[in-house]
Amino acid sequence: MERKIRVLLAKPGLDGHDRGVKVIAAAMRDAGLEVIYLGLRQTPEMVVEAAVQEDVDAIGLSILSGAHMTLFPQTVELLKQKGAGRIILFGGGIIPQEDMDKLEKMGVGKLFGPGTTTGEIIEYIKSATRGRRKEEAIF
Amino acid sequence: MTVLEQFWKGDQKALATLISHVENQAEDYQKVLSSIYSKTGRAYKIGITGPPGVGKSSLVDKLTLKLCQNGSKVGIIAVDPTSPFSGGAFLGDRIRMQSLAGKKGVFIRSMASRGGEGGLAKSTYEVALVLDAFGQDFIILETVGVGQIEIEVSHQADTKVLVLTPESGDSIQALKAGLIEIGDIFVINKSDREGAPKAVAHLNMILDIKRHTEKWNYPVISTSAIYEKGISELQEAILKHQKFLTSHLLLEKNRKEQLKNELKNILERKLKQLLEEKMGDSFNWEETLAKIYSRKDDPYSWSEKIFEALKK
Repeated sequence: MERKIRVLLAKPGLDGHDRGVKVIAAAMRDAGLEVIYLGLRQTPEMVVEAAVQEDVDAIGLSILSGAHMTLFPQTVELLKQKGAGRIILFGGGIIPQEDMDKLEKMGVGKLFGPGTTTGEIIEYIKSATRGRRKEEAIF
Repeated sequence: MTVLEQFWKGDQKALATLISHVENQAEDYQKVLSSIYSKTGRAYKIGITGPPGVGKSSLVDKLTLKLCQNGSKVGIIAVDPTSPFSGGAFLGDRIRMQSLAGKKGVFIRSMASRGGEGGLAKSTYEVALVLDAFGQDFIILETVGVGQIEIEVSHQADTKVLVLTPESGDSIQALKAGLIEIGDIFVINKSDREGAPKAVAHLNMILDIKRHTEKWNYPVISTSAIYEKGISELQEAILKHQKFLTSHLLLEKNRKEQLKNELKNILERKLKQLLEEKMGDSFNWEETLAKIYSRKDDPYSWSEKIFEALKK
């Protein structure tokens, strides 16, 4: 059976603006992805715990609060600690270009700003997750 | 270390990997299930079902907190529907399960129904086996929001909890057949709202008939998941039902019945696979359809012929 791409979406930190992330969740569902939405006020610990349990291919964080330079690096670090570094971490929000560059150097995937189409994000997820998952020996 | 070795050591990531393996019916997934099967059968399965929006996820959240108070481990399988058009899914049950974040011994897995009918996902039974082998004491199966006839959970859970709201009022009447017949415990959630006592009375009236002929008393419980009311009562009712089933030797009987159902499912799946292989891409549908459409052949004798050929 064809493997479905599973994506976890969340809004970490103190930020209640969830219209955007919900639009993206709906677009992903319509593109045939399985989207697990965690909701508001998540900590990086909550996000990574859920991502491990749900065995997702990618995590998308929507951050409009300005706390991106804290929340993204923490999540990257936790993913590494849990041995889940293969999970793509991407995001969206109001993030200045220079911060985007810094974050990408730290191992964060693509970050999308205002004006991005849902199609671009979905294309990115599909190509970034392709072949990322290494089949581990079960027996 | 192999995934299975990590799994037996209690590693959550290995558990998640095996669940995906089974859910995706990846190659040799049956071998995985065979190798863990002897360690299953210990978990107690609780089904939580009801119409959309009655608060099933919120109730599961609060119930799980109670269940794991004395150190019990709880596995949750939360099912949401797969879109029949795109094949995608929006799985939102975790939004209502925030108090379980970071809770030791709790493992939540969201499942898209992926063509499963009857309110559960296609591989819910197998995924529950994996959680069972991992050592979860309770497994909660939360169905999609169901209508009257989605009762697959009755083939899989030991105790079935049907959740309704005060607004269910008149529709309880309509639920008389189907959904209401599978409940062991009934919950009126959102009981802080108007009309709750009436809904409870209504349910009690319907259930009285059953209570006269059966040994179980089919309790009706008022809860409010957000105000954390009635959750202890619900937990007690579930544990009481577990005792009831065990003491009347019904647990074994019911589980054998569930097993029979599952064995049939496995065989059906295999037969379907065989059929697809035999018919393959090379099957000449066009010719067949032309013949039947023009009434030179008919669907019933046609299927007989195919079936005879398959048997050989």
